[in-house]
This record gives sequence, structure tokens and C-alpha cells, in this order.
Amino acid sequence: MTKAKRGLKFAPVISVAAIGLLLAGCSGGADPNDPNASGGGEAQVGQADGVVDIYGPVTGIEAELLEESWAKWSEENGIKIRYTGDKNFESQIGIKVQGGDTPDLAVFPQPGLLQATVAQGKVQQLPEAVQSQLQSNWSEDWQNYGKVDGVQYGVPLMASVKGYIWYSPKQFEQWGLSVPETWDEMTTLGTEISKQTNEPAWCAGFASGEASGWPGTDWIEDAVLRQSGTEAYDKWVSGDLEFTSPEITSAFDSVGKILLDPEQVNAGYGDVKSINATAFGDVGTAVAKGTCPLTHQASFLEGYVLDSKNADGEKATVAPDGDVWAFVAPPAKADDPVSVVGGGEFVAAFSNDEDTAKVQEYLASADWANSRVGLGGVISANSGLDPKNASSDLLRSAVELLQDPNTTFRFDGSDLMPKSVGSDSFWKGLVDWIDGKPTKEVLENIQSGYDS
Amino acid sequence: MSEFFQWLAGVPPLVQVPIVLVAFAVLIAAILAFVEIATKGGRVFAVVRFAAAVLVPVAILLVLGLYNSVMWVAALAAVLGAVLFFLDRRSRSGAGSLLQLSGFLAPAMLLLAMGLIYPTVRTAVSAFMANDGSGFVGLGNFLWVFTSPDGLTALLNTLVWVLVAPVVSTIIGLAYAVFIDKSRGEKFFKLLVFMPMAISFVGASIIFKFFYDIRQGEQIGVLNAIITAFGATPVDWLGLEPWNTLFLVVILIWTQAGFAMVILSAAIKGVPAEQFEAASLDGASPWQRFANVTLPGIRSTVIVVLTTISIASLKVFDIVSSMTGGRSDTTVLAFEMVRQFQLGARTGYSSALAVILFILVLPIIIYNVRQHKKQRGVR
Amino acid sequence: MSTVSESSRRLLAATEKTSGKLRKATTSRAATIAAFIIAAVWTIPTFGLFVSSFRQADDIKTSGWWTALSNPSFTLDNYAQAFASGDSLPLSKAFLNSLVITIPAAIVPILVASLAAYAFAWINFKGRNTLFVLVFALQIVPIQMALVPLLQLFSDGVKIGGLYILPGLGVNGLDGAYAKVWIAHTIFALPLAIFMLHNFISEIPDEVIEAARVDGAGHGKIFSKIVLPLSMPAIASFGIFQFLWVWNDLLVATVFTSGGGLPITKALQDLSGTYGQSWELLTAGAFISMIIPLAVFFALQRFFVRGLLAGATKG
Repeated sequence: MTKAKRGLKFAPVISVAAIGLLLAGCSGGADPNDPNASGGGEAQVGQADGVVDIYGPVTGIEAELLEESWAKWSEENGIKIRYTGDKNFESQIGIKVQGGDTPDLAVFPQPGLLQATVAQGKVQQLPEAVQSQLQSNWSEDWQNYGKVDGVQYGVPLMASVKGYIWYSPKQFEQWGLSVPETWDEMTTLGTEISKQTNEPAWCAGFASGEASGWPGTDWIEDAVLRQSGTEAYDKWVSGDLEFTSPEITSAFDSVGKILLDPEQVNAGYGDVKSINATAFGDVGTAVAKGTCPLTHQASFLEGYVLDSKNADGEKATVAPDGDVWAFVAPPAKADDPVSVVGGGEFVAAFSNDEDTAKVQEYLASADWANSRVGLGGVISANSGLDPKNASSDLLRSAVELLQDPNTTFRFDGSDLMPKSVGSDSFWKGLVDWIDGKPTKEVLENIQSGYDS
Repeated sequence: MSEFFQWLAGVPPLVQVPIVLVAFAVLIAAILAFVEIATKGGRVFAVVRFAAAVLVPVAILLVLGLYNSVMWVAALAAVLGAVLFFLDRRSRSGAGSLLQLSGFLAPAMLLLAMGLIYPTVRTAVSAFMANDGSGFVGLGNFLWVFTSPDGLTALLNTLVWVLVAPVVSTIIGLAYAVFIDKSRGEKFFKLLVFMPMAISFVGASIIFKFFYDIRQGEQIGVLNAIITAFGATPVDWLGLEPWNTLFLVVILIWTQAGFAMVILSAAIKGVPAEQFEAASLDGASPWQRFANVTLPGIRSTVIVVLTTISIASLKVFDIVSSMTGGRSDTTVLAFEMVRQFQLGARTGYSSALAVILFILVLPIIIYNVRQHKKQRGVR
Repeated sequence: MSTVSESSRRLLAATEKTSGKLRKATTSRAATIAAFIIAAVWTIPTFGLFVSSFRQADDIKTSGWWTALSNPSFTLDNYAQAFASGDSLPLSKAFLNSLVITIPAAIVPILVASLAAYAFAWINFKGRNTLFVLVFALQIVPIQMALVPLLQLFSDGVKIGGLYILPGLGVNGLDGAYAKVWIAHTIFALPLAIFMLHNFISEIPDEVIEAARVDGAGHGKIFSKIVLPLSMPAIASFGIFQFLWVWNDLLVATVFTSGGGLPITKALQDLSGTYGQSWELLTAGAFISMIIPLAVFFALQRFFVRGLLAGATKG
């Protein structure tokens, strides 16, 4: 290279770096006058062009049923609904919102995620018409889960009841056992089964990729709600009651009497640690086959059981007299009211055009709830839902449970906590706990999720 | 440009492919034609060059869809064009024409600036900001990486990955490429080792599920089936610290050896046949032929392969995410980075991890630059 | 080197060929065995997946795939079900989308990168090494970090004050708009492509380039008439991998396209349903999606021929 003028030497480098810096400096914040960037205001976002895009976490067969559920309405009203399901919805929605490429409607699987997305400023407030539809069909509790800082953004869609204990009625009969009335009876139930079979009675699967550990959060939530009551549960969920408090510690201890006891777990899979290695969906197969007498999972496990074969190699059935049936995890004391923890999806809008509002209104209606539930596999907490439409005995009982005014219902706590706890330190803490970390340390780690 | 792409979106998908490729080819051909005449002497070319210097900026601005403010664009184009023409005249007497250079480099550099440099600058800035972006925290985020158990494990594991995976996959790939070179059925043999690369990641994670799975009774995992056949109790391979990281590294080696093999095989075929003949004549053994002819001939390609796989190991994310989700101390920097960002919403920590990744690649860069200089020296 | 010694060498070579063959035979036996072992070890996992794709869902989850070899009970159900599934994104449509995404996303970055690689190798300019190192270093930028900023650029463009320097693409929500995925894949491929192609292009012997220059060819002609054809082995081998990476990509595709434009990896992922791991469908799907990459691999093999540069080397 010839002796160059020093100033020119790095000209190409400087120019490339300059472009990068320029971009960094300029496009960080969108123009406040840009109609596409403003959120929640009166500005028109989206077009009433007869097409509404919905983006959600529901995929596969469940997504097909979702599309089927609104097909008729869509045709009658001349609005085309384009649904895109994404397994990685939880991480992608943040990217899409920040990147300015939002759908018209999005289905949020957790209120906590809705809350975080609202904070990014692009979610639209619920229009009047949808608001009134919502008020006539949903209990105040369910309405509140879709609110952020007192403003209604989300409409509840489907629901699931967690905390079912799955068992085989035939095996119970054979072993001379009955459904337990209290939590303690449930704990001893496992020991009684092991006495007869010389194998552990419970099985569990926590493996779920990045979300590994979540099935354990349902266990803990059930224990907290039943043992310490609604007040403690609500305080815990809102962050006022620390994980290290005696209430939560005792919930961990009583769940640990099952999940950390090598005599009790992990039926069909191995030792305690194998819980972390077992995919949560695989458990359904073991339950259907009878190699796992007891497991704790939400109502959706029914689908897995139905896809599997029983011990005789035939298609497994779910019924009070079938291969598999389930009872709701019992209360702490026999005469306590029935309490359940459940989850659900919420649909919120990024566009405020007429078509989007119409679709959202329809999704809030009893018509839609009946249409979707009638197709099978899911339930809804919509009060206009006819339990008869539920596709199975189990789902019917779940709908009745949700609609029963005597049921104490609480939303899944980990879904309501901030992401850094509910979708991170809580999950990770449970995985460590199963791996053998002392409870105290685990609880401190989970609590520290609030600090960052 | 936006109009073009909007129009393209309305065309049937398969028709889009030829259209976009032809449009792109025309663009490249224009650049090359322009570059070709950039240094030619003579009045005609000078006129063409002058016209081009004015027309190109106008064309670019039009393509970008900026014709809604004509006066602005015209003025900007005129200034740009004049600058270009002036720079061109000035540099033509020197080592190379600036216009030529920008013809070759501008497409790549513009795209890189837009898609990679700008995000990198942004990440580097947020590595020194609080997790919610609220304020400057200095080296706080880096301190977290080096003091928290997650951060430290991620760092150490990443080092294991980058030390083991590139070397092992390159050795296997190279050995295989040499062994099957010129053999009958070479294509078929190549296909066997190449196949792991062609399997989608979803497929690959199931494959290894069938390797490492653990359960009671009948095993469906190959490893546990083997050891239980010898009477041992099943082992939870992916929970077996500290070896579990190595079991995950095996998966990367399995896929990357195919990459190494294909690239190195192509390089081996580039070694001049005369050199082999000469070595044979000198009575060299196959090993000597390999060490004295093949290896020197493909040296730079070996370095490229090692480098590429090293960078792939530094960035490894999918394998950890789908096999263990980071449990039992298997987390790595890239996985932790995504986890902190997506699940924990901690941009500060996440960016600090990204910056550390960037620093870790420095030794690899320095090594490459040195090799590069040596080569130039030889020439 | 005189012509006499050259011809005598040829003669020698001819006579020695027989003994050379003999020596080769013994070593190549060891080499062949080693090659067989590597091939076997590398193929067994894939073979296990292949066997599993013909087994029933329940069998896959309860017994090892090797048991099916001694006790065969195979079914084509998995393939049939995989093809039948997906109302909104049928496998056939996803397959087509993948082709539409992958072909330009493999060709465009290679050409753009070879232009840049040529400049780095054969145009002498100030700051060349520094710029090359910068490009090289960009390989390490994790894609996950670059997604949001890039999507912002595509949606909103860049502007200073009220003036756009770069307008948004305006294709959000358009069904069948692939521009964003093409550009994104091109960008993410560039650093590695430039690095690898530069390695090859810079090794083209000086004499070849010099000869063309003497004939009056400019950089444009040298690039298109000499460098590009000579680089075909490198381009083909990188092309195979770029094709593969794009074909098997899920992340970039889901961020930059939506709805009906999504590729086969998305359709495969959907096979397993919201909650589950329907392995039996995934195993079948994995083989369906492998067909095209393997075909590309075979098609591009013919570029891996010996001696493209033969005779052109110095010495």
C-alpha cells in the first residue's frame, strides 16, 4: 500500500460505521406524529377492509378448531378472519410490537403478558360495544383479569381448570381406594398405593424447553390457595407476600412431601430428578397405560390421554368408569369450599377499525363460546355457555365447576406475576428444587426475580 | 422500492421468484457495467461517467420511493452526484477508483449497516443501561454476569463448547473427506455425513431424545438401553453434571462435521493434481502426501472451517433450548442472553451477555488476521 | 524446468503407477474401515428417526426404535396424517412458500457477498483490512438481537426530522409478501458468506488476474468473466449451506412473514399441536422437509470437480 494520507485511510470504515451510528441515532423512537406509532389514542389504526388478522399461541389441531368456530359468523358478516398461530407467541409478540408489525388482534395466554404488552403503548382500549358484550357475559373477576391499571383491554376467551388429579378408577377399585377428601389424605394415598405395588404412585413431567418447570407452579398454587386461603393467595400473586414467607414455604413443603419423596415419584420414569427430564405431555401416555397411578395436571391432559392406548392396547377412555378419570385436588380440610386455580386466554386489539371491533365483540359473545366449546377439547368461563355443549364428561364437570357460585376461583398466579418471576425465576426455581436445591435457597432465588 | 415489493406481493408466489431474481441480476449487471467503464479513459466514457454520477443518486432516491418531495430530491441528487464525480476524478489517478470500490462494496455494506451494525451499536449501548433502560449503570450488568451463578455457568460452558466442538468436528470432517476422496460411491458416502445438516432442528432434537431418554422399565433411549442391558441402572444423561454439557456438544459435532466435510472436500479437490503426482514420484507415503501436499494446500480452508464452527459454537442456542432448557447447569451465553431478554425482560443483562460474546470472538479474529497477513506475505 | 526432465518424469510416473497402486491398496483398506465407522455412527441417529417415522404413536413413546427391527409393525399413517393436517397452512402450501423464500434468499446473498469478497481480495484500498475485520466480527452478532431493529426499519423506515432517508417497505400484513424475509436472510448471511468466499477468491493465482488485466479487462469484467466462474466450487458449497440454513430456519421466517406466507418449518412445528409433542408426526415431517435440501446437495455436487484451477497455479 502506498503511503496514504492518514485522514483518508479509514474512509470506508468510517462511512460504514457512520451509517450504522446514523441509524442508531435516528430511528430509535418513531415520530410522535406518525399515526402508526401512537397507541391507545383516537388515531385510526388499521383499516376496515374486510380482513382481520389474529395472532395467537394456539396451534395445530386446536388452531383448526378455532378457525372452524368462527367460520360461519365470518361468512355471514363478510369479514375474513386470518389466524396465525405461533408456538413461540410469548417471545414473538414483543418483537412484533416493538418492530411495528402488529396484527389486528392478538390472543394472550397470560394476563401478565397482556400487561407487559400494554406497557409498550400499542394496545387499544376496548370499544364500547365490546365492553357491554363483555359485561353481560363475564363475571367481574374475569373482566378484571383483562384490565391493566383499571382500563379494560382484554376480552377473556377460553379457560382451563388446573389442579386435577388424574387416576384410574379401575385401579382404585382393585386396590380398594377411594377419592381423598383432604390434602393430607391425598398425600397418604400415594404411600398406600406404593405399599401395594412396590412402585412410586405419582408421576410428573416438568420438561418444556425454555418454559421447563411450569407444571410445578400449578402444584404450588393449588397448595397455597387451599392451605392459606384466598387472601394470602391474592397477596402472594400481587407480590405483597414474599416467596420466603411461612405460607409459601409450607406450600412447598407439602408439595415436596409428594414430589421430592423417592417413594412417591416418579412412577414409570425413574427417580425424583427424572421429573425434569420428562416432557409434561408424555405423562398422559403413562397415565393411560396405568404405569402411573396418579398425576397432577390441568384439564387439557384429557387430550393426551385420549390420544394414547390403555394397558390392553385399546384407545384409552376418560370417564368416571373408564380407564382414566380425574378429581379436583381436595381442600386442606374436608368441609372447606371447593377452590380451583384456572387459566385462560385474552384477546386484545392493536387496531381500532370497525371490522376488528366487530370480531372482538363476537369473540366476547356467548355465541362464540358455545360454538367453540361445542367443537370439543376446551371450555370457557363465559356465563352464557351451555354446559351441555362441552365435549366430554370431564369438560362438562369443569364448566359446571366454573359456573357454580360456590366455587372459589383464582387465576393462575404465575400468569399474573411479572415476567421476571412468573415466567422465569418461578419456573427455574422449581427445576432447581427438583434437582435437589434446598427449599430455602430456591425460595430466595425465586423472590430475587422481583429485584431485576 | 416499496411499490415494487407491494406489487410483487400480489403476484403468485412461484412467479415472484424469477421476477425478483431477474430484477436483482439487472441491478448487479448495471453495477458491473458501470464499474467496468469507471476507469476507462476517453471523452465518451467521461461523459457516460458524468451522466452516471448524476443519474445514479437520482435513481437510488427514486427507487427508495422519495419522489414525493421533488425539489429536495433533485437538490440532494445534484450534490451527491457532484461529490461522486469529483471524488472519482480525484481517486482515479490513485490506487483505485472510489466509484469502482463502492460498486463492489456498497450493496453489502449498506445491508450490513442496516441489519447488523445498527443493532450492535444499540446493544452495546444498552449493555451499560439498567434492565428497564431507565439509566446508566456503568459496568453493573457485566458485574452481574461474573458474579451470578447463571452468568458464570453460561460463560464457562460456552468456553467448553468453543474448545471442543470446532476441533472435533473439523478433525472428523477432514478425516472423512480424505478417506472417501476419489473412492467409489463418494457422493453417497458424503450424503450420509451431510444428512444431519439437512434435518430440521425439530427432527434433530427428537433424534437425540431417542438417545438420552431415561425412564423406568423399558428404555426408549439408546444409551440407557445399552447400559441397562449390561445390568446398570439408567442414567439421566442430560442431568449428569458436569458431563451433560459434553453430551449436548456431541449434537453440535454431529451436525457440524458434515459442514466441515463438504467444505474441506471441495478444497481437497482444488489442490492441483500435479502436486500429488510429484509427491507420489518422490515415494511419499499416504500420510506424508496428506501432511506435505493436502494439508498445506487446504490450510486456509481448514482455518475457515475451524473459525466458522467456533462462531457457531459461541452462538449455540437451539440445542440447549430444546434439549434441556438450560437446566442442570447446561446454560450457555447465547441461551442465557435470549432467556434474560424474553422471559425476564432484562435488556441490560441480556445486552451485557451479547457484548461478552462479541469480546470472546476477538481471539478468533486476531488469529485469522495473523494467518491472513502471513498468507499475503507468502504471496 | 526443462522439457527433457518433464518428459522423463512422465515416463517415470507411468512406470511407477503399478507400485503406487499397490501401496495405496493397503492404506486405503484402513481408511475405508475408518470411513465406514464414521458413516455408521453418523447415520444411526438418522436411521432411528427414519424407523420411528413409520411406527405408531404409542409404540414410539413406549419402546425403543430398534425393537421395531426385530418385531416389525410399520404404518404409513404418520405421513398421511402429516400431509392431511393444517387447514390454514397445508403442508403443500408451506412447501411452496419455503421454495419461494429460500431460492432468492440463497442466491442474492452469495452474489452480494462475492462482489464484496472480490473487492476485499483484489482491489487495493485504504482501510481494507480494518473493514474486513469489521465484517468478519459481525458474524458473532446474535440474530435474536438484530430482529427488533430490523423489523422497525422495515415497518417505519428511517427519517431525520420530517424527511425519510429510507421509507418503510409498507408490506406489513400483505399475504404473500416475502421481501422482508429475503432481505433479512440476505443480511444475516453476508458476514459468513463474505468471509468464506473471500478465502477462496483471494487464492485465485495472481497470474490469472494479471493476465486478464493485461488484456484490458476492468474489475467488472474480471469479476464476471474470471472470478465468478472460477469460484463455482466455493459458491456451490456455500450455496448448499445457505440453502439449508434458510430452508430449516424458523425464527427469521416467523418474525418477518405471517399467515399464508410461512414456510415448512412452521407447518412442521404446528404438527405437534398447542401443548404437545406428537413425535410420530414430527418424525414423518422431518423426512418430508428433507427431500429438497438433499436434492440440492446432489444437484450442486457436480461443481465439486477436481482441477478447475489446475494448470493455473504458480510453481
